[in-house]
Amino acid sequence: MKLLKLVPDNTNLDFMRWRNVGLMLSIILTVASLSLVAVRGLNLGVDFVGGQMIRVTFAKQVDVEKLRNDVGSINVGDASIQETGGPRSYQIRLPKPEGGEAAANRAASQVRSMLQQRYPGARVDSVETVSGKVSEELAWDGSLAIGLAMLGIAIYIWFRFEWQFGVGALITLFHDVAMTLGFFSLTQLQVDLNVVAAILTIVGYSLNDTVVIYDRIRENLRKFRKMSIVPLLNLSLNETLSRTMVTSLSILLALGMLLLLGPEVIFGLTIAIFIGIFVGTYSSIYISSPVLVWLGVKPDSFLRTEDEEKAAGPAAV
Amino acid sequence: MLDFPRWKVWSITLVILIGILFAIPSMLPADLKARYPKWLPSATINLGLDLAGGSQLLLEADQADAAKQRLQAMEDQVATELRRDPRVEIGDVSTAGGRVSFLVRDPTQVDTAVERLRAITQPVALTGSRDWDVQVTDSTRVVMTPTKSGSQRAMRDAMTVARDVVRRRIDPQGTKEITVINQGADRILVEVPGVEDPEALKSLIGQTARLEFKLVDLTADPNQVAQGRAPAGSQVLPMAEGGGNIAVKRRVMVSGDQLVDAKQSFDQDGRAVVSISFNTAGARRFGRVTQENVNKPFAIILDDKVLSAPNINEPILGGQAQISGNFTVETANQLAVSLASGKLPVKLNVIEERTIGPELGKDSIQKGIIASVVATLAVILFMLVTYGRFGVYTTIGLVVNALLILGIMAIFNASLTLPGIAGFVLTIGAAVDANVLINERIREEQRRGRKTLDSIETGYKEASTAIFDANITNVIAAVLMWYFGSGPIRGFAVVLMIGIVTSVFTAVNFTRMLVALWVRRQRPRVLHI
Repeated sequence: MKLLKLVPDNTNLDFMRWRNVGLMLSIILTVASLSLVAVRGLNLGVDFVGGQMIRVTFAKQVDVEKLRNDVGSINVGDASIQETGGPRSYQIRLPKPEGGEAAANRAASQVRSMLQQRYPGARVDSVETVSGKVSEELAWDGSLAIGLAMLGIAIYIWFRFEWQFGVGALITLFHDVAMTLGFFSLTQLQVDLNVVAAILTIVGYSLNDTVVIYDRIRENLRKFRKMSIVPLLNLSLNETLSRTMVTSLSILLALGMLLLLGPEVIFGLTIAIFIGIFVGTYSSIYISSPVLVWLGVKPDSFLRTEDEEKAAGPAAV
Repeated sequence: MLDFPRWKVWSITLVILIGILFAIPSMLPADLKARYPKWLPSATINLGLDLAGGSQLLLEADQADAAKQRLQAMEDQVATELRRDPRVEIGDVSTAGGRVSFLVRDPTQVDTAVERLRAITQPVALTGSRDWDVQVTDSTRVVMTPTKSGSQRAMRDAMTVARDVVRRRIDPQGTKEITVINQGADRILVEVPGVEDPEALKSLIGQTARLEFKLVDLTADPNQVAQGRAPAGSQVLPMAEGGGNIAVKRRVMVSGDQLVDAKQSFDQDGRAVVSISFNTAGARRFGRVTQENVNKPFAIILDDKVLSAPNINEPILGGQAQISGNFTVETANQLAVSLASGKLPVKLNVIEERTIGPELGKDSIQKGIIASVVATLAVILFMLVTYGRFGVYTTIGLVVNALLILGIMAIFNASLTLPGIAGFVLTIGAAVDANVLINERIREEQRRGRKTLDSIETGYKEASTAIFDANITNVIAAVLMWYFGSGPIRGFAVVLMIGIVTSVFTAVNFTRMLVALWVRRQRPRVLHI
């Protein structure tokens, strides 16, 4: 049986030749993402801005305009209505009511009874009410968790490798997170708590590729003391390319099935991880590695480790 | 690396078998599960609220109310303490400005008053600070200020009591699978599965249920009362149903603390009322006060609102009484449950609420299962065409990995949430990574001209540091997610963490064992990988 080889044997692509192009592309895209987020903003869900979200599934297809008018007619504030999943599922978002808890309860039950009256068979799937105080905390906690995860991983990489690798990891993570946020700003998909979880997952998983490549770079730095850094990075990238492709494809394959067949409620979570893994694969090649050239990684970066190995006995290789 | 002694083979197999054994109950349909042998493990994976349907409420203590109550309690304590022999004569006690203060009429008694009040304060920490600070200003005014550490401890104590009260109110019989836990210094998280409309739940928790009986002050000038002013020793309270104000004596005749039971019942006219029974001390006190005040009205006060102010027609001696008010059967029932469970030591506000209907969850589980199965099959196919024989081992590892995740979740009674499903699928995709690393390395070593056995050995050995480092980054992210996340997100983090551990275990132990056994048996000369 002939086995599938995504990357032919002895592939030798000159990745590093395009490193400045890759860098320019990444800078442009990162800046574009961040400005998009700044200008257009993110479609933050009730988790982060407070308010109420009501998910409803109707018995038959409904006219959005009519639904909008009906919700508008019961005077519960400036509601926004969005289709989720199918033409029968909608989410209705209400702003934070002025009168606190009691008013929130009233608004939700008003919408509930209106729906049941005017749309027979309508099923209220969920009602979420988040106060301003909690939403502020959730937003802060989410950002803190993402920041700490990025920092923690960078520090870990620094300990396991060298400081240049830690900086490389941090830049890579920043790039991946910025891109994901840019995607959410572009599509205006709702950003809720799940998306924060997704970004944390990306922070963990997109760095997988980077770590594997770094591991190989370290190995090659020890092995080929005379080789200059650019060809050495190329060698390491080519050696790990097949693995990078197979693993990323496998994850994307699994997540793709979830996107197509899975529950709509976690579409945002899944698409975020999907995009993040995709971007992460690219950045592990075009961000993490070139950074090492600019930060001046040399074969003697690991000299100390080599000495320790010598002291411990004959090298195992 | 390929040297697997028999004990190792057995222990790996055993671990996996145990894992699978625990995974089985969660996968059985309900009718089969009923016939599942009792002596086998029966723990199943919990469904999180977002899949099972139910309500999640986050309650927060009302700080202002807590401070107010502490002041009032201290005010009562001061009055009681200084009234005891030798009595210290004091002026009206004020609670303005968040402090308890009063004038001591006889200047020579100021020191005695301070000393006796210091004695009723409580030490808070080992540092010797106390929960109230007692000072003298203007030589005769005693001022008691709550200390920060004292307030914090009071809040902590109150929240512990509140948690138990909330639990009793939602689940008086103690039979439901509800979660009521303290969160942070001043919050309580409540999770009740299967509730579709949380309004009843919220009105149960929303009531502080502080019940007090006080005498109505008949001397008060109605005009003054309407403007909210009461004579000394009395206070003005609103009527519950918006019927204006009423002046009552400040002194509490009997309070809800002395109740032993409360039930919804009907009075002789068929109106819904709440019947209450006092404990012995409460009954005696209630009897004495009603005896002394026949033909005078007394006010039944709930959470600082007067429910009703009936006349005392005759002494009530048996310790039984009825609370009337404008009740429906439902509201009377709610009040009865609230009274029987005791008053909340502090008012609680709902600051976050999520209610999920059961249909959404059912739909999601079904789609989640289909997606998980298809995703697994897709990854398996991909592995088989890429790695051939080694793909088979990877596949077996993948299936075992999925079962182990389910098994471990069942053992720890972990909750599967909607994001958890995504975590599961993601883990399926990522679990092959360790195997991919190994397989690719073997390919590489072979290309470099190593012999079959040697390349497998080296492949496993060289891949292991990369496997380790790559997974640590995931662990860091997952741990932070768990720490900062709540409910569904935690479910996701748990699945990720379990998945990381099981995927590494299956790759470096189980599939390696399969490979080693094959190599030992077949002694292959050529590797197709």
